[in-house]
Amino acid sequence: MIAFAIAFATANGNLEILNKEIFASLKSSLELALGLLGSMMLWGGTIKVAEKSGMIKKLGKLIGPIIRLIFHDIPKEGEAIGSITMNITSNMFGLGNAATPMGLKAISELQKLNNNKITASNAMCRFLVINSAPICIMPSTVISIRASLGSNNPGIVILPSIIVSIIAIITGLICCRIFEGKGGIC
Amino acid sequence: MLVVLVIPFLLLFIFSYGQIKGVKVYDTFIEGAKEGMMITLRIFPYILAMLLAVNMLRTSQGLDLIIYILRPITKLISIPDEILPFLMMKPLSGSGALGILADTLKKTGVDSLVGIIASTIMSSTETIFYTITVYYGSIGVKNIRHTLIAALVADLAGIMAAIIICRMLFV
Repeated sequence: MIAFAIAFATANGNLEILNKEIFASLKSSLELALGLLGSMMLWGGTIKVAEKSGMIKKLGKLIGPIIRLIFHDIPKEGEAIGSITMNITSNMFGLGNAATPMGLKAISELQKLNNNKITASNAMCRFLVINSAPICIMPSTVISIRASLGSNNPGIVILPSIIVSIIAIITGLICCRIFEGKGGIC
Repeated sequence: MLVVLVIPFLLLFIFSYGQIKGVKVYDTFIEGAKEGMMITLRIFPYILAMLLAVNMLRTSQGLDLIIYILRPITKLISIPDEILPFLMMKPLSGSGALGILADTLKKTGVDSLVGIIASTIMSSTETIFYTITVYYGSIGVKNIRHTLIAALVADLAGIMAAIIICRMLFV
């Protein structure tokens, strides 16, 4: 990217502006990070309280039935479904740190149920589709970044984000359904 | 506007709930805040690098060229030009996309329609390639079958939905 930029600037003869821009960028990224730091700490702390008070576990129980419906082809109880639920609820609260370990646990549990170890099972595909558009009721990073840039209403994106994620997941799952019909493995 | 009340009440609700459940709210908050601080420190280098690269690309007018080449496609599905660099980075790198998002928001205005669309996409979709590589890599699956296609379709649907829904809600 940088090489391309320099080549282009040379061709256009505005290397001088480019030079200024480099240092302006450094300054603006530092200003941004300072603003971000404050908000990230606020949300980090708030979410931790939600986690400790068992609020996140409660939410997991609430979405359990939906998850069992999506993953109808794996055992209703047990580690696999449990870790998938935990992964999704962590994502809902924007707990990236907790979501990834849980997700890794979930996929290794799915692997235990998988007949062909080097080929992805239908359930795995579905799990990854859900993870590619996680429903987030608290997109803390985005809210933080918006706040640090002086938004009048940093949280305005929460509702549209939830709707968008749901649409994306449903589309992805329909897409999975179509492919599953053809493949028929697992 | 009701939306303005969401965050203050969310905070109040979470803290009161914690208090009722006997959580040491203050200590726990501090603990989480430290984690938030570490996350920011960890992603800061990416933000700096991405802001630098994108700004250089923009200043050199290289970005205009890329946007110009892709315009026929983006016009077709009415994607605003301003969020194109962000959309290209999104599936590849989360921290990178965050850096570009910050830059886009600054250029277009945080509360502009384009700014809101970009923020919505950022908070509703994940770094597909990274997620797929890490998850399948961890269990040694080589044949990922329809995972990538389905995830990309979901991502595209998300982008379209974000544009349409934000237009409906905020215009």
